[in-house]
Amino acid sequence: MVNLKINGEKITVEENISILEAAGKNKINIPTLCYLEGYDAIGACRVCMVEVKGAKTLTASCSTPVSEGMEIFTNSEKVRAARKNVVELLLSEHSGDCNYCERSGDCELRILASSLGVRENYFTGESLMNNIDDSTPALVRDSGKCIKCRRCITVCTGLQKVGAISPQYRGFKTSIGPAFAAGLDSVPCVQCGQCAAVCPVGAITEKSHIDQVWNALDDPEKYVVVQTAPAIRAALGECFDYEPGTRVTGKMVTALRKLKFDAVFDTNFAADLTILEEGTELLMRLKRTLVDKEQYILPQFTSCSPGWIKFAEYYFPEILPKISTCKSPQQMFGALAKTYYAAKAGISPDKMVVVSVMPCTAKKFEAQREEMNDSGERDVDFVLTTRELGKMIKSAGIDFQSLEDSEMDSPLGISSGAADIFANTGGVMEAAVRTVYEIVTGRSFPVKDLHVTSVAGLEGVKEASFKLENPVDSWKFLDGVELKVAVAHGLSNAAKVIEAVNSGKAIYHFIEIMTCPGGCIGGGGQPRMTDDKTRMARIKAIYEEDESKSLRKSHENPDVKKLYEEYLKKPLGEKSHKLLHTKYTKR
Amino acid sequence: MITEKTGQSQTEEELFQQLVNAINELKDKDGALIPILQSAQNLFGYLPEYVLKHISSTLNIPYSEVAGVVTFYSFFSTTPRGKNLLRVCLGTACYVRGGKEVLAAIKNELKIDIGETTGDKLFTLEIGRCFGACSLAPVVMINDEVFQRVKPARIRDLLNSFRNKDEMEEDHE
Repeated sequence: MVNLKINGEKITVEENISILEAAGKNKINIPTLCYLEGYDAIGACRVCMVEVKGAKTLTASCSTPVSEGMEIFTNSEKVRAARKNVVELLLSEHSGDCNYCERSGDCELRILASSLGVRENYFTGESLMNNIDDSTPALVRDSGKCIKCRRCITVCTGLQKVGAISPQYRGFKTSIGPAFAAGLDSVPCVQCGQCAAVCPVGAITEKSHIDQVWNALDDPEKYVVVQTAPAIRAALGECFDYEPGTRVTGKMVTALRKLKFDAVFDTNFAADLTILEEGTELLMRLKRTLVDKEQYILPQFTSCSPGWIKFAEYYFPEILPKISTCKSPQQMFGALAKTYYAAKAGISPDKMVVVSVMPCTAKKFEAQREEMNDSGERDVDFVLTTRELGKMIKSAGIDFQSLEDSEMDSPLGISSGAADIFANTGGVMEAAVRTVYEIVTGRSFPVKDLHVTSVAGLEGVKEASFKLENPVDSWKFLDGVELKVAVAHGLSNAAKVIEAVNSGKAIYHFIEIMTCPGGCIGGGGQPRMTDDKTRMARIKAIYEEDESKSLRKSHENPDVKKLYEEYLKKPLGEKSHKLLHTKYTKR
Repeated sequence: MITEKTGQSQTEEELFQQLVNAINELKDKDGALIPILQSAQNLFGYLPEYVLKHISSTLNIPYSEVAGVVTFYSFFSTTPRGKNLLRVCLGTACYVRGGKEVLAAIKNELKIDIGETTGDKLFTLEIGRCFGACSLAPVVMINDEVFQRVKPARIRDLLNSFRNKDEMEEDHE
C-alpha cells in the first residue's frame, strides 16, 4: 500500500495505480477526455494534469503512478489555469457549431469547457475542416470535431482487434481514420460502434434513422411495427436519469405506444424462436458428427451479433460453415412480421414498416444486408439505437419517469426469461442450454435459478461443460456425452477462441460470441458512458428480469409454440429455412 | 520496368522478392515496420499500395497503422517519384536563412508544386524538416547529396547539372 495526500487529505491506496485512479477511488474527480478504464493511459488530452509537490511541471495524472509520500493538488490555481488553457486550445481547433451537433447534450468537451468557465475564444487561429464520412450504413465520422483523444483507436485495435482506424498524417493535419484518411467503407470495419460509444465529442456517431421513423409514424398509410431488443430495457432508463441497471420495460412499452407505433412487439419473441432453431441446429450438427461421422461442422458458433458475423466474414472465413445459419433475432422478427403477422393482422406487407430498437449500431448494417429480404420486402426497415429512442421520447414531450407500465402486444410480444438474457454475455448460451438439455433428457436443467454461472460475468473467455445422461429415446446417441461450451465477448477474445479451436488446443461443441464487452448490454448504441460498473448493473438487471418471469424457457413460450403449429410447422423446416436462416459471405 | 539507382533494371517481381527477403530478415525484431518501409521505398522508389498491404498482413499490423506511419514521415512517398528527389529544408535554421526563397526559385524553375513531379519525370519536389546540417543553411538535399548555402540565383545552374547528367546517361545507353 502507498500513503499519499490529495488536496491535503491523507489517503492510502494500492501500489502501481495512477494518480487519476487513486483520486477516483477517493471520490475526487479529475476531468479527462482520453482516459478509458481498463486500458493503458496514453496521456493524449492533457486535461487531467495535476500539481505534484516537488515536481517541476504539472503532470498527467492518468499516466503517473502513485508513490509513497506524494502530495498532489488537483484543483490548485496553477492546475485550473493550465486545464482551462488546454481546453481552450482544443476548442480553438475543434470545428463545429454546438447548436447543430448530435452530441450537444452530452459532449464531454462542451461540458468540461463550461465547468472550467471557458467563456472566450483566445486562440483564433486556423481550425479544422469539417470532413464528414458517412460511407457506411451504421456510422458517421466528422474529423473536424475530433480532438484526437484516441479512445476510438483503443477500442477498435485493443478490444476489437479490428484496427480499422489510426492516426493519419502529422501535426495540425493529423486525422483519425482509415488508411490515408479514406472512407470507413474502404476498410474491414465491423460497424460495432464501440468507437461511437467512447467518443467524447460528436466526431463519431450512429447514422440516425430518427427522421425516417418519424416520417413512417406520420404517414397514415403505413402500419408501423416496433421491436425492442432485450438489452434496451436495462439501459433506456439512463437516458432519463435513472441509475444504470434500472429496469424500464413497462414504461418503454407505454412510451412506444405514445409515439404512435401501431404494434409494440418484442425482439425477445424472436430470441425464443432463435433458441428453438439454433438449439435444434446444434443437435443436428451433433448427430451428423457423432452418428454420421461428418467432420468440420462443430463447434457451432452463435450468429446473433452482426459485428461478429462481419468480423468472421473478413478475418476468419474458414469458420463460416461453423456459424449457425440462424438469422439474428432482429432479422427473424422482421421476416415474420411481414409474413406471418401481416397475414394474421390483414395488413399488406408493403404497407408495413418494421422498426427495431437495438443497443447496437451493427444492426443498422445487418438490416440493410442484401439477403435480408426473405419476406419479399426489406425485412427490417429502420434501426434505432437506445440513444435514438431516448431522443425521440424526449422530443415527443413524453415524461418518461411518470409513465405507467404496460405490456407488449401479442402475438410477437410474449417472451421467456431465456430471451431476456440474450442481452448478457453468456446469456444466449444459458438460454440454449436450458432448452437443449430439456429436449435431450426430458428433464429440467438441474441448476439453481437455471443460471449457468460459469459463463456469466465480464471475464473475456468463459467455459462450461454438461454431461448429458439418460437421454430420451430419440437422442440416445448423446448418452454420456460431455457437452463443452465456450463464451467470448469482445472480438479480441473471439479471435483467441477461434485460434484455440483452429489449432486443436481447445475442443468445444458450441461457442457463443458477442461483439461488445459485456454482450449487447454494452453495445455501441447504448447510453454513454458504459464502464464495467454500468455493465455489471445492466447485467444484473437483465438476470432479474429473467427471474421475475414464470416463463423461463424458450421452448415453453406459448406464442412460439403457436407459431410452429400455425405456420412454421417445425424447427429447421421448409418455412424456417426460407425465413429464419441465412448464409454468410467471405469479404 | 523500374530503374533502380544503380542503373540496373529489375522486374517488379524481382524487387518484390527482395522485399520479402528484407521482411523475413527484420520481421521478428521490435520496431521492424520502419526499417521494412525504408527498404521497400529504396527498392521501389515509392510505396505502392499492394506493397503496404503485404507489409501490413505479414507483420500483422493494421493497414491503418502502417498508413499512419507512412503519412507521418515525409521521407515516405506513396506516389512514384522522379529520377531526382529534391528536398528543400524548411527547418528553423534554413527557414530563417532563406529556405523559403530557395523553394520559390525551385518551384519557379520546375513549374511544379510541393509533392509534384515534373512532366519529364526528372525531378520530384518535397520539403524536409532539418537534415542536421543547420550550420550550412539553407540546404537542399538532392537524392543523397546535401547542397549547402544554396542561393536562389544558383538554382537553375544546379538543376541544369542534373539535367546534363541525365542526357549524358541517355546518350551512353
